[in-house]
Amino acid sequence: MMAPDIVGDEDLEQLLNEVANVYGYDFTEYSKASIKRRINRICLLDKHKSFAELRYKVLNDQSYLSRFIEEVTVNVTEMYRDPFFYKALREKIIPKLGVNPYIKIWLAGCSTGEEVYSISILLHEAKLAHKAIIYATDINPTVLEKAKTGVFAINQMKLYTENYNNSGGSSDFSTYYSANYDHVSFKEYLRKNVIFSTHNLASDRSFNEFQLIICRNVLIYFDKNLQDKVFNLFDASLEKLGYLALGSKETIRFSHLNQTYKQVEKEKIWKKTR
Amino acid sequence: MKKVIEILVIGGSAGSFELLLKIIPRIKIDIKFVVLIVLHRKHNTNLSISELFRNKTPLPVLECEDKDKLIPGSIYFAPADYHLLIEKDRSVCLDYSEKENYSRPSIDITFKSASDIYKEKAAAILLSGANKDGAEGLKHIYQNYGTTIVQNPNEAEISTMPNEALKIFNPQYVLKVEEIIDLINNF
Ligand SMILES: C[S@@+](CC[C@H](N)C(=O)[O-])C[C@H]1O[C@@H](n2cnc3c(N)ncnc32)[C@H](O)[C@@H]1O
Repeated sequence: MMAPDIVGDEDLEQLLNEVANVYGYDFTEYSKASIKRRINRICLLDKHKSFAELRYKVLNDQSYLSRFIEEVTVNVTEMYRDPFFYKALREKIIPKLGVNPYIKIWLAGCSTGEEVYSISILLHEAKLAHKAIIYATDINPTVLEKAKTGVFAINQMKLYTENYNNSGGSSDFSTYYSANYDHVSFKEYLRKNVIFSTHNLASDRSFNEFQLIICRNVLIYFDKNLQDKVFNLFDASLEKLGYLALGSKETIRFSHLNQTYKQVEKEKIWKKTR
Repeated sequence: MKKVIEILVIGGSAGSFELLLKIIPRIKIDIKFVVLIVLHRKHNTNLSISELFRNKTPLPVLECEDKDKLIPGSIYFAPADYHLLIEKDRSVCLDYSEKENYSRPSIDITFKSASDIYKEKAAAILLSGANKDGAEGLKHIYQNYGTTIVQNPNEAEISTMPNEALKIFNPQYVLKVEEIIDLINNF
């Protein structure tokens, strides 16, 4: 059944403002079309029959907040999603990073960690992991807890192995995890150089300088204004000649970074030129 | 009774690629509306669908990126593996969330979104396919006074998708491909 819209445009605006004021989570500059759909979806899933009912629950039940955030901030992800992107990272970017005495990577919006392990494996295969640090951040503390465990459903492994092979991986993918019943656990050493932390791109500041920032399929949820703020944040957090990598349908075209960043061939990767 | 339309959304799944090969080259070049195509397909290929169609029509054929403005007289494809919604300013909003009807892009999601934004000025066609994605969304367009077209199930390579729509409401048009092409060119 198609979700009937319980929450209209004005309700949405009111609720997002209230959530920002009460909890400090600011979703007011998220793309309207998608956040409206997400919030109407919550109503359907959690059986809120009216906007008033949803609003009461969100504003008066602190424990419901994490549920709300989880549903609003879509956390779908995959290992080696877009294998060609990872191939480009593997062949064109990571070897260049190798010349530095140490490598600092920021993975913003890392969700449940599938990307983190994908990148960590690339660094190990390039024999650069010993001098790399990955800062893996997300707004949602619940997904980070999952990411730290490195446990994923076994029924995804066929796809992930295929993706890994298509990304130019030449090892036996199953050496990176151990399988138990319905899930697999990625090996401990893959997260040795990973720091997991909450960080809200909409409100938190720059916390370091990196040579590579990867932020995929997060900016699609932000309106242009918020995207611009986040681009500034990335710019402030990227070393000169560092790289910014986005999702396969995202672009810096509409931002002022367009003038100082140079696209790496046809990839969704841009190099900071000054 | 005909209405001015501002967007034509075409939803298709198994068996629809070939239909698009017939339809797209014959769309007149002076159309005044947006054509937006949501086609189920495998992702993870490096080949872009828009490139396959680009030399088949003088109209611009683009695969949507985040925040692209939808411009009349252009043909857009929803990118593989993202849902596509439309903002009030008629820009594209992509969403990488759970599959709907086992599909991403989901035809239902884009039909509904197009209907919410363009209301009675939305038209949509549901073509051949093996699942029920699109039926509810098409009904939503109908209820918002938009124009709804279903491929004649007798002609569809896989009739499940058209039939699912016909089960839940009566669209204005049930047409064969040739008739669909005529209708598009007379909007
Ligand atoms: C669709 S997932 C993308 C995951 C992964 N990067 C990928 O491409 O597969 C979006 C992620 O962005 C996170 N996110 C949403 N808003 C955020 C914000 N303001 N700050 C940081 N992360 C955010 C969500 O919690 C979610 O984990």
